[in-house]
Amino acid sequence: MKKNRLMGLALAGAVALTVAGCGGQAAPAGSEDKSASAEADYKVQMVTDMGGVNDQSFNQLAWEGLQQLEDETGIPVNYTESKQEADYATNLDKAVDAGSNTVWGIGFAMADAIQTAAKSNPDVHFAIIDNAYPEDALLDNLTGVTFKTQEPSFVAGYIAAMTTQTGKVGFIGGMKSDVLETFNWGFQAGVAYANATEGKDVKVVSQYIETFTDAAKGKAAGQKMYSDGCDIVFACAGNAGNGVIESATEANKMVIGVDKDQYDLAPENMLTSVMKNVDQAVIEVSKQAADGEEVGGKNIELSAKDGAVAISEHHDLMEDAVYEKAQDLFKQIKDGKITPPGTEKDFNAYVESL
Amino acid sequence: MLNNICLLIGITLMYATPLVFGALGGVISERSGVVNIGIEGMMTIGALSGAAVSFFTGNAWLGFLVAGLAGGAFALLHAVAAVTFKADQNVSGIALNLLGPGIALFVARLIWDGGTQSPIIETLPKIFGSGAFAGSPLANFNVDITVVLGILATIVVWFVLYKTKWGLRVRAVGEHPAAADTLGINVSRIRFICVVLSGMMAGFGGASITLAIIPQFTQTAVAGQGFIALAAVIFGKWTPHGAFGACLLFGMAQALVIILGGGVVPIPSEILACMPYILTLVVLVLFVGRSVAPKADGVPYEKGSRG
Repeated sequence: MKKNRLMGLALAGAVALTVAGCGGQAAPAGSEDKSASAEADYKVQMVTDMGGVNDQSFNQLAWEGLQQLEDETGIPVNYTESKQEADYATNLDKAVDAGSNTVWGIGFAMADAIQTAAKSNPDVHFAIIDNAYPEDALLDNLTGVTFKTQEPSFVAGYIAAMTTQTGKVGFIGGMKSDVLETFNWGFQAGVAYANATEGKDVKVVSQYIETFTDAAKGKAAGQKMYSDGCDIVFACAGNAGNGVIESATEANKMVIGVDKDQYDLAPENMLTSVMKNVDQAVIEVSKQAADGEEVGGKNIELSAKDGAVAISEHHDLMEDAVYEKAQDLFKQIKDGKITPPGTEKDFNAYVESL
Repeated sequence: MLNNICLLIGITLMYATPLVFGALGGVISERSGVVNIGIEGMMTIGALSGAAVSFFTGNAWLGFLVAGLAGGAFALLHAVAAVTFKADQNVSGIALNLLGPGIALFVARLIWDGGTQSPIIETLPKIFGSGAFAGSPLANFNVDITVVLGILATIVVWFVLYKTKWGLRVRAVGEHPAAADTLGINVSRIRFICVVLSGMMAGFGGASITLAIIPQFTQTAVAGQGFIALAAVIFGKWTPHGAFGACLLFGMAQALVIILGGGVVPIPSEILACMPYILTLVVLVLFVGRSVAPKADGVPYEKGSRG
């Protein structure tokens, strides 16, 4: 009996790991295929990560981008959903077998699988969202696409500094990584910019909660920041960020959304959203590849100039003047007059220069 | 300081509540002799049905109630497999853990147009109504009503298990079903009811996430809390009050991570995030001592066998 219990716990643990590994998704194994029939000489296909094509986040955005691409150019597009990590390689192979010329992998989790696939299929162009490959890992048929999210984060930081009543704003991140740090330091730089140019004295507190899934932890972190005197918090933590948004609603304070326009989640409290237009990125790079441009063998960092990042158009919670100034700042960033920092080192240098 | 202490208590209670319901479910089932590692799956079903009913009716209380019923209905699978057919209880528990999130995701996609998360839904009230004491440290005591329900449920389960005839029977069935059987107690019926009740508790636990902590269903809403609740059952020595204490400890550990985070103390956030687990180990080793399962826990009862 004792053995039984031990085994039970071991099994429970194994299942916990499996479930965690699947991002909480234990849908039927295998993957769905949606076959394209149109005939053309160029084909684009994407493989989702485990979020699936309806994740209301970047997979969905990427697929919407591809559909738009098909509408605009007639290039046939298609997707394959991954249900578990082991599906990545299989799905990439399937996409190649289907005769795709460009294959997209969505999400940095697929970085290794994509690289392997690119190595064994030199005639097919591969691209990935949210990953930049190191120089020596780059192949001629491989494109890493990342976003300069420090740019809209900078503008959001400015808006927050100009809107706060308490002189204290916060940043809550999921897990510390290069991608998340661009949000963090961009935001802090925006606040520093407002402090320097508008005579403000706004402080930023920043906290990583080491989870993208635990909404309760996000909510707790939000409660802490609001009770410490922050009145605006930038919630940058996936589903855990929804907890931060809920804490804002309860405390009736303001919050800044991330990735897509999160206005609908809290219309009374959502100051703005820092948006990453994965759809535009997918369209742009696919078009270039289809036009025969040399897009492989490099990392592309998409910025405000490419229309790949933006802030929300909703601005009912800020003064009109602030919104106008924010638009102006964004334009200056586009024109290259302001270069928001995306790392701690760049941030320190930037603050020196103010 | 006062602010932080109040915050610590508030976050602890918020964090602990879904665990408390889940752990109570575990206690009820295991005291009757049926191992229930399917709590996670049952919580997910509760989280979804609570959110779905609140979404369609706008009534969070109805959602909470239905979540309990749905959790109970889902637990029927476990009851039939483990009690009626005397199958291996671990296997059927694991089946529920795989099935629960699968069904939840499938249904979520059906009702929310292919999306894996719901829109914002109506939630249960807070105990002092929203906005009371706004701005003062005491605002942190304005916890969700589910916190109070969790404490009440603990008291009720404790009372039933230790102060009623039926509770005595449950415990007898869990310790020595053959003896209970010879005294005319229907072992299978008691176990069957306990498993279903356990599913109802887990369902409430799931709903206390999606109807109180966050106002929507997401596919990661439960994400592992059912397993933590199971740990709390063992930690709390298979008693309702012990499990409640264990849940509070887990909740407090998470609250400490948040309160000490963000540069208050110079510890990297990754290390800080390990703290709940380290704290658990330390408490387990130093203070809890030997934890003994009900004697017949996990053993299907065959009439006529010597238990």
